[in-house]
Amino acid sequence: MSDLVADNVSMRFTTPTGQTVHALENLNFTLKQGELLSVLGPSGCGKTTLLNIVAGFLRPSEGIFRLGDKEIVGPGVDRGMVFQQGALFEWLTVAQNVDFGLRMRGEKSKDTAEKVEKWLDIVGLQGFGDVPTYQLSGGMQQRIALARCLINDPDVILMDEPLGALDALTREKMQSLVLKIWKETGKTIMIITHSVEEALLLGERLFVMAPRPGRLHKSYELPFAERGLKEDLRDIKNDPEFGQKREEILTMIWDMEEEIMGQVAGSDTA
Amino acid sequence: MSGRSILVGLTVLVLIGLIIWTIIRGRYVARTERIDAVFGNPERALGGWYWIICGVSSVLLIWFYFSWDAARAYVPTAANEMCQVAKLEAAGNPIRSRFAIDERLDRSTTVLIRDRNQLDGLSNSVDKLDMSDTQRAEAKAIVSEMKSLMIGLASPSNFNSETAASVEDIASRLQNLNAQLEDPSYPGEPSADQIAKAESQPGWGEGSDEIPIAPASAAGYKFDAAAKEMSLIAKDFSRIRNTTPEFLTTVEDLENRIKAFEAETDGELKRTVSNMKKLLKRVDDGAIFPSSAMNAIDTGIRQIDATAIDQLGAFHWVDTFLMPGGKITAGSTNCTEQGSGRWLPKPSDTLATLWRLAKPSEGYKGFPLLWYEWRPIGKVTEMLIPDMVADLVPGKYPVPDDQGNLTPNLKSKTLAFATGDYNSFSVPVPMGHVWDSLVRVLLGLFFGIILGVPLGLFMGLSRFAKGYFDPLIELYRPVPPLAWAPLILTIFGIQDDGKIFLLFMVAFAIMVISARTGATGTSLSKIHAAHSLGATPWQILRNVIAPNSLPEILTGIRISIGVCWGTLVAAEMLAGTTGVGFVENVARKQSDYEIIWVTIILLGLLGLMFDLGMRWVIKRTIPWRGKG
Repeated sequence: MSDLVADNVSMRFTTPTGQTVHALENLNFTLKQGELLSVLGPSGCGKTTLLNIVAGFLRPSEGIFRLGDKEIVGPGVDRGMVFQQGALFEWLTVAQNVDFGLRMRGEKSKDTAEKVEKWLDIVGLQGFGDVPTYQLSGGMQQRIALARCLINDPDVILMDEPLGALDALTREKMQSLVLKIWKETGKTIMIITHSVEEALLLGERLFVMAPRPGRLHKSYELPFAERGLKEDLRDIKNDPEFGQKREEILTMIWDMEEEIMGQVAGSDTA
Repeated sequence: MSGRSILVGLTVLVLIGLIIWTIIRGRYVARTERIDAVFGNPERALGGWYWIICGVSSVLLIWFYFSWDAARAYVPTAANEMCQVAKLEAAGNPIRSRFAIDERLDRSTTVLIRDRNQLDGLSNSVDKLDMSDTQRAEAKAIVSEMKSLMIGLASPSNFNSETAASVEDIASRLQNLNAQLEDPSYPGEPSADQIAKAESQPGWGEGSDEIPIAPASAAGYKFDAAAKEMSLIAKDFSRIRNTTPEFLTTVEDLENRIKAFEAETDGELKRTVSNMKKLLKRVDDGAIFPSSAMNAIDTGIRQIDATAIDQLGAFHWVDTFLMPGGKITAGSTNCTEQGSGRWLPKPSDTLATLWRLAKPSEGYKGFPLLWYEWRPIGKVTEMLIPDMVADLVPGKYPVPDDQGNLTPNLKSKTLAFATGDYNSFSVPVPMGHVWDSLVRVLLGLFFGIILGVPLGLFMGLSRFAKGYFDPLIELYRPVPPLAWAPLILTIFGIQDDGKIFLLFMVAFAIMVISARTGATGTSLSKIHAAHSLGATPWQILRNVIAPNSLPEILTGIRISIGVCWGTLVAAEMLAGTTGVGFVENVARKQSDYEIIWVTIILLGLLGLMFDLGMRWVIKRTIPWRGKG
């Protein structure tokens, strides 16, 4: 069982001016295999820091993250990552981007061709293998980033605001795609997002984080992701329960933001 | 008319036609797109091959025009005609220079002002010098005497009647010459000898002298004869001095007084005395005249200049409009083009020179510009294999036996191979001035790239490398390459080694900086992505950072090529025996404008070729630039 476990994780930075910033404090949670978690919170609450620690780009100041039995000490193929801007290698073709991980581990391009075709098919880009990446639209690039990550067969997929830069229509299609992939592959997925709607739709579980210090504020278990597999996403959005949850979380985040503003204003006058 | 003239004439017409046609076309295109392209729209700058033609044609036309190639093609006799006029002008110059014709003041006034100022200065300096009162009084008396003597010369009342008669004589001879210039029958039929000379001389730009000097037309004979007469008049004119017997006596008296003064002086005052002597000699020259004394000669020479232009007729307009930026002047034995006609060689001559130099049998200084030669393959591989290889072979080099014979062993055979000292078949190898320059640039660039790019990437990724190497590179880079040249050429020798090292230094710094910029410009999310896809640091360097830096590296190469060319040519000018810069340097020493221009054109074309090549490479390799 490769569950993702946070054990009392804290992260502190020292700014160039000498102040200590508590990006994360005493984070404890367990994400079971196959769960879909979305993380939501106002800016500065440590969402991206959390993701970077899980990915292995950062080492926590205290506590450990475990994936299965292993402690996370650095980046690895067991945790695939999808970035906001795709972060594709624009000098490579679509196929070369998708099988990048496989080639880095010594597989030959001609052996990976079948896999590449399969994954391009899943993300809806069949036949695009030889196209230069830079010629594609933002939505297509994000699909390639997904395929590039999935072809490595990671245990956990980490997504850092993956749909943030897309237009509304493409975004909705991509949300369905993420759900479809979640269902078909049974991967553990952790999505960081700014959009409350997206967090509700995609999150089987939902963490709302609070800033200063970055911490877990509230945790939800939601039915919408499961429903999204069968129903139209727009119908779910119109569901009164969905609307009520959305208002609840929005108010929560608004309050946090106001609190921050108050703190800042208070420190100014003090 | 020679074939070359016809070709030039036609080319000029074609160029004018092309300019007109492309302007009409360009304006037509601009009119049709006015609806969809507004000012500031970059699309307006795209395309426009016809403007390329227009620009090239304009430059060529200006070249044909200002080098007088067009004049030579359309009016081949113009130079000879103007040469005769120049002879008359040159003969009259000693007279002309005495009057306010090319100057603002006539010579007499200039001399008067100058000498008076110097005498005043001398008088002031006497006041300041250390001497007895009697000495001071005498010195001041001498100076003031000289001054009044000089001013006396400028007074009409002192004007000598003998001098006045000589002035009148010269004036009447000038009038006479003027009348002859206007006379159609002057100077009579040319002699058979003159005709033979005129017919046998080569045309403009065809012989070893660029302009045929012997007169060859009615007007030519006239100017030629007038020039001869004028030089006689000028000779007599230069003998005229404004002096009188009283003047000479006073001068002699002054001389004696200065001598007496000198006898009593020592040390510091010697300078004053020598200044007095110098100024007295000037006054003695008799170059100062009453202001209106020589007006008749002034009028006479001006009249002749005006008549000369009249008599020149249509050639005056040829001179004005077809031979711009300079004129033809006559020396004692030849006529030469001056101004742009001289330093801007004619395109047709330049092409002919290029053609001559490009011929492998001719070349420059016995070395072709760009050709090939057959060399044994051993002599080619010798440059690539270090001789040291032989030292690594076990054993000892053979020594002579009792009979003095050497028995080659493996070690000596390896050495022979490494030095190319064996019989082998020959292969063609490029050679020549252009090739040598090219090889130097390419080798310098090559080493600069293969060493500079890795170091630059390393510096972009490692705090140690950046800190450690940065001071070194940033200290030597801003020094102009030519400031390094004397040192480098002394250490590495004036042959290829030194120049290649110099170019390497230039290219290295540029490549380090561009590769470093490229490496630091890699976005963090790409590196993160590569990490989480399982790439090792080496794979990330090879597959992410290196390609991501490629645009900067290619731009760096493009800049390096330009700077290397500039440095190379300058380095070749400093020292060496081959290369385009060497050719230009020798041509410069001999003021051979044609070859200087040939090298300039060669360098321009080679640079253009390189840049077009780089543009092509950039288009092929990094079409994704700026689109990530």
